Amino acid sequence: MARSVTTQHKTIATAAAWIVALLIFFPILYTIITSFKSEQEAIQGFSIIPSGTMESYAEVQAQSGYFKFFFNSVLLSVGSTILALLVAIPAAWSMAFSPTKRTKDILMWMLSTKMMPAVAVLFPIYLIFRDTGLLDSRIGLMVMLMLINLPIVVWMLYTYFREIPGEILEAARMDGASLWNEIVYVLTPMAVPGIASTMLLNIILAWNEAFWTIRLTTTEAAPLTAFISSFSSPQGLFWAKLSAASTLAIAPILIMGWFSQKQLVRGLTFGAVK
Amino acid sequence: MATQQTRSLARFMMAPSVVLLFVWMIVPLVITIWFSFQQYNPLNPIRDGFVGFSNYALFYSNPAFLQSILNTLTLVVSVLLITVIGGILLALLIDQPMWGQGIVRILVISPFFVMPPVAALVWKNMIMHPQYGVFADIARFFGAQPIDWFGQHPMLAIIIIVAWQWLPFATLILLTALQSLDGEQKEAAEMDGAGFISRFIYLTLPHMSRAITVVILIQTIFLLSVYAEILVTTNGGPGYASTNLPFLVYQKALLEFKIGQASAGGVIAVILANIVAFFAMRAVGKNLDK
Repeated sequence: MARSVTTQHKTIATAAAWIVALLIFFPILYTIITSFKSEQEAIQGFSIIPSGTMESYAEVQAQSGYFKFFFNSVLLSVGSTILALLVAIPAAWSMAFSPTKRTKDILMWMLSTKMMPAVAVLFPIYLIFRDTGLLDSRIGLMVMLMLINLPIVVWMLYTYFREIPGEILEAARMDGASLWNEIVYVLTPMAVPGIASTMLLNIILAWNEAFWTIRLTTTEAAPLTAFISSFSSPQGLFWAKLSAASTLAIAPILIMGWFSQKQLVRGLTFGAVK
Repeated sequence: MATQQTRSLARFMMAPSVVLLFVWMIVPLVITIWFSFQQYNPLNPIRDGFVGFSNYALFYSNPAFLQSILNTLTLVVSVLLITVIGGILLALLIDQPMWGQGIVRILVISPFFVMPPVAALVWKNMIMHPQYGVFADIARFFGAQPIDWFGQHPMLAIIIIVAWQWLPFATLILLTALQSLDGEQKEAAEMDGAGFISRFIYLTLPHMSRAITVVILIQTIFLLSVYAEILVTTNGGPGYASTNLPFLVYQKALLEFKIGQASAGGVIAVILANIVAFFAMRAVGKNLDK
């Protein structure tokens, strides 16, 4: 008796959850479906079975050189993340392993820089970029993205490093390990998972950043965010092509995101929710 | 022996991050504050010079200003309400035993990874387009007149898009908090005859309160500066109907080249964000002590 109630409960929960989940996912799903339609099909009204043509994908690449933007997105997100890690690892390391009275204040202050609205500094940054010739340059944007995400990188690394027990270091020292051995054989293996998930989350954040990447680029350094925004003009409106371009722009990060759910929670809540 | 050395090493290791962030925060902010007291127009430099508070007065007397503050707050509050309430309900649902829970989670979290311009364009053209959108198809199916979302209800349309982007975030975090709830406590409450609703109010909700706070605070930071969604869909219109503060500042600075007024708007945006930040920092700071 009890068993059948449980099964019934489970069936209802499953049905309800799947319906809601599919509704939420629907805009993405429908975009992917439409990307495999021809332009005529795409505007013929609702249908979830495409003819399976790849012509939109071919046209997106042929007309606008999709891969240049894709390459810029990869370069900017990975590059800015590596830069941020280089700067943040030593800082997070020292805060986690030799904290002082001011460590907490510094962490809070770093977080507070994240609260500054981007528009407030839009014009100064624009001027600085213009006068130093950094407008539409990959290096300039990479540094920009690095700075935007630096507080989150420091915080995330700090929460990971803090979980490495200090006793292990003492034990290694007792066994006569040199500082170098300590770093290579004891600390690094324990720090790598934290660094990897920090990297993953920040590539996602940098990939999707859609203020500076649109405003500070024109053609050369423009990543996918700027490329997609250019479709908002009326003459760019072709449903199947728009869908193909959108699918290409979100697919890599969507897949990465699926693997990083846990780290996402932790990173974006600054370790407050695990 | 090691302490003095360790301490200076620690300071040395921290220096790059601290210096970079300090420069990146202070220099542009000082320039913005300086410009907010200047008349500065790159297209018409004749009247440039110090003007006191008149930029703030101009910005304030601009009818778009009040509208944009109102729109900013409407957007933040509506999206928070939708995502927090919806997120709690969804988290409770997904937490139930079911088949394919992993896939449900993946489907629900997906919109969060969609870059804002794509999310906005997909909703604008595939879903809400008055002629070819899915909503129009549904309306026609029921014999109703399709709604011109961005013409008639621009704010509502943007709220729906932004809520779609952030509901997954709220759900994921609240679900994570929910799953860390002690099963024994739940069982004990059940044994004591607590019904679903009283269990939710006295056990689940207090347990999730920290996660809810964090969701509200983090979303507020991002929602105060929604930009790409407006740029791609309504471009702030019709009129100023869907212009928020960031968008107004952008228009003043890069379209009209009224740098002084834009900077005054930027300073106001900073003040607004700081009020929010004050509460945010206190809440996150408490979590650090634990």
